[in-house]
Amino acid sequence: MTKQKMPGARAVIESLYCEDVEVLFGYPGGQVLPLYDELYDADIRHILVRHEQAAAHAADGFARATGKVGVCLATSGPGATNLVTGIATAYMDSVPIVAITGQVPRSLIGNDAFQEANITGITLPITKHNYLVQDTKDIPRIFKEAFYIARTGRPGPVLIDIPKDTQIEVIDFEYPEKIELRGYKPTYAGNEQQVKKAASLILKAEKPIFYVGGGIIFSNATEELRALAEGIMAPVTTTLMGMSAFPSAHSLSVGMLGMHGTRYANYAVQESDLIIAVGVRFDDRVTGKISAFAPNAKIIHIDIDPAEIGKNVRVDVPIVGDAKNVLKTLLKYVKLEQVKTDAWNKKIAAWKKEFPLTYKKDKLLRPQFVVEQISEICPDAIVVTEVGQNQMWAAQFFNFRNPRTFISSGGLGTMGYGFPAAMGAKVGKPESTVIDIAGDGSFQMNSQELATVVQNDIPVIVAILNNGFLGMVRQWQELFFNRRYSQTCLESSVDFVKLAEAYGALGLRATKKNDVKDVIEEAVKSGRPTVIDFVVEKEENVSPMVPAGAAINEILDLE
Amino acid sequence: MKHTLAILVENKPGVLTRVAGLFSRRGFNIESLAVGVTENADTSRITIVVSGDDHVLEQVEKQLNKLIDVIRVSDIPPDESVSRELALIKVGVDSTTRAEVMQIVDVFRAKIVDVGIKSLVIEVTGDEGKINAMEQLLRHFGIKEMVRTGKIAMNRGAKVVQVEKR
Ligand SMILES: Cc1ncc(C[n+]2csc(CCOP(=O)(O)OP(=O)(O)O)c2C)c(N)n1
Ligand SMILES: [Mg+2]
Repeated sequence: MTKQKMPGARAVIESLYCEDVEVLFGYPGGQVLPLYDELYDADIRHILVRHEQAAAHAADGFARATGKVGVCLATSGPGATNLVTGIATAYMDSVPIVAITGQVPRSLIGNDAFQEANITGITLPITKHNYLVQDTKDIPRIFKEAFYIARTGRPGPVLIDIPKDTQIEVIDFEYPEKIELRGYKPTYAGNEQQVKKAASLILKAEKPIFYVGGGIIFSNATEELRALAEGIMAPVTTTLMGMSAFPSAHSLSVGMLGMHGTRYANYAVQESDLIIAVGVRFDDRVTGKISAFAPNAKIIHIDIDPAEIGKNVRVDVPIVGDAKNVLKTLLKYVKLEQVKTDAWNKKIAAWKKEFPLTYKKDKLLRPQFVVEQISEICPDAIVVTEVGQNQMWAAQFFNFRNPRTFISSGGLGTMGYGFPAAMGAKVGKPESTVIDIAGDGSFQMNSQELATVVQNDIPVIVAILNNGFLGMVRQWQELFFNRRYSQTCLESSVDFVKLAEAYGALGLRATKKNDVKDVIEEAVKSGRPTVIDFVVEKEENVSPMVPAGAAINEILDLE
Repeated sequence: MKHTLAILVENKPGVLTRVAGLFSRRGFNIESLAVGVTENADTSRITIVVSGDDHVLEQVEKQLNKLIDVIRVSDIPPDESVSRELALIKVGVDSTTRAEVMQIVDVFRAKIVDVGIKSLVIEVTGDEGKINAMEQLLRHFGIKEMVRTGKIAMNRGAKVVQVEKR
C-alpha cells in the first residue's frame, strides 16, 4: 500500500475500512468533531444512539450475534464514562468490541480540562487492553493491534482514546500488514499429550458430563461438541453464556446448571465421575459451594485463557487451547465403541422425568408461558435478555436450536443491556427475528433507545415480562428477607404501549393467555420496532433455586 | 511464602500502572518493587516480591502474562540467585559515637557517602537480611532518615531472563 497524507481523523476511518467495519454505534461531541466530520461522507453506517451506554451494548450485541468485532464511538469525558458499563459488560463476557473515544488535546491532558476524563485509567481493569494515542502516526498501528487483540485469544474489549489534536494533525497513512506484539501470543492448539490424557479419562468414565460455556460459541465449536457428546453419549449442561451452544431439545441436553439450573443438570454434575469443562470458568453462580462441587469427579478443563484453569477448582487435565481445535483433536483419540455410559444416561433420563422444568399451568398469564410461546412462534429468533427473572425464564424455557441465538449479560448482570444489545444484534443479523425478553425494570434503564430503533429502522421486538417488580430482587426478599419488599415494587406503572407509540414504535399488550400468540404474531408481521407489554403474574418465582453458598444439589422448589 | 518475580515489560508509559493495578485489583500483595531498563532499551524489568502460597503465585504469573505489555514473567528462586537491595541511612552522631558507627560500617562493608558535623550518610547494599541487621544496629545511634530501594535479583550461572527469540 502506498502512503497517503491525511489527518488523524481520516486515518481512523481508513483503519476502520481496513478492518472491514461496516457499522458504528456512536454519539458525537466536542472532542470527536473531526472524526464525525470525516464520518459525514464515509462509507460506514453510523447509528446514532440516545445514550453512549447503549452504543457499547449495541456493539457488544452486534459482536455476539455475528462473531465480528463491534465498534462504538463516544466523545471525551461524560461520553467516555457513559461507555464504562458497556465495556465492563463486554469484558466480563469476553466479547470483542473496540471502543473509540475522543480526548482533550494532548497539551491539556492532566489539566482537568473541560470534559477531560482519564478514560484509559478508568477502563484499565475492564479492558483487555487500551491505548491513548500520543503520537498521531501511531493511529494505524494502534487500530491494527486493537482489532487483533479484541478478536483473538480470549476475546475482549479494547479502548482507543484519541486526543482531538491528533485527529487534526496530518500523517502519512499506511496500514501495517504485520503485528508485532512480543507479549501477546495466544495458544490455539491444545497440547497433544494432554489431549491424549483427556481421551483416556473419557474412555474410562462411566458418568461423564460436558459442562460448556461461552467459549464453545466464540470458537464456533458447536459441531465438534455435538459430535463428541454423541460419540461418547455423554450429557451436556451449559452455563448461561453457553445457552444455544447445544440444542436444548437434544436427548443429551440437560439444560443449564447452577443457581437456576435444572435439577437434573445439577444432580448429574454432582454425581458425575468426569467433568469435561470447555470454555467455562467455574463461576460461583455455577458451582455453588465450591468445596462441595462435584465431589467424585475428575476434571478436564479446556480453555483458551490459561489463567482460568485452576483458578477456582483443582483440575486433573488442564488443556490450554481453542475449544474447536482441542475438541477436534480429542475426537481423533476417542474410540467410540468403548464408551459405557448406558446406565448413566438411564439415570439421567429418570431424573428428567421426575424433576422436569415446569411451572403452574393454570388460567393465569405466567411469564414462562410467554417465553414458551415466543419459542414456538419464532423458533429461530435471536433471543436477547435483560437481567433478572426474565433472563432466567428465557434461558429455561426457550428451545434453542442454533448457536449465537442467546445473548445475555452473564458475568456483570447488567440491567438495560438487552434492548440496545438486541438493536446491535439486529443490525448485524437483519434477516433474523430479534427479540429482547425484558423485565419492566431493566427496559426502563435504556428505553430511550426506542428513538434509535425507530430513526434507523431497526425492527427489534421487546417482550416485557411486566410483573411490576424488580422481580429477581423481590424473589430474594421473599425468600431471605421475610417478604419485606424494600424498594422493589415498581407499581407506578408506565404505560409501555403509549411509551412505544410516543417514539413512533408499535405498542402491543397482552393480559390473558389467549392474547399471547396474537400479539407475538402481530409484532413479527408488522416488521416494525415493537414493544409488547405482557402483563404477567406479579409474584412468580424462578424455580428451581440453589441458594447462594449452598451446594448445587441443595435445591429449593419455589411456587 | 515470598516469591521474587522478574517481569520483562515493554518500556512504555503506563506499563507500571497496569502491573501495579493488576496486583491491587486481584488482591495480591506487593512487598517490594523495583523497575529499571534492561540490556535492551525497549524493555524494562520489574522485580516484584509477592507473598502468597503456590496457588496465589500461579494466578499472579498467569494474570501478569495476560497483560499485553508483559513479555515474560519468571520466578527467581532464592537459592539459585543473587539479590540485592540498597539503602541510604542518615545516622545522627557526635564525637563519642562517630567512631563506633564507622566501625559498624566497616564490618558491614557499607560506605559512608556523606559526612556532616552531626550526621553521617551510609550507603549499604546487600540482601534484605543484611540491610535489616544494619538498620537494627544503627537504630541505637538514632536513624534520622532512611530510604530503601526495592529488591532486584538475578539467576546465578548461565541462566538468563530475557525476551524469547522468535
Ligand atoms: C444496572 C443494575 N442495577 C441493579 C441490578 C440488580 N438487579 C438484578 S435483577 C434486578 C431486578 C430486575 O427487574 P426487572 O428488569 O423488572 O426484571 P424481573 O426480575 O422482574 O424479571 C435488579 C435490580 C442489576 N443487575 N443491574
Ligand atoms: Mg420486573
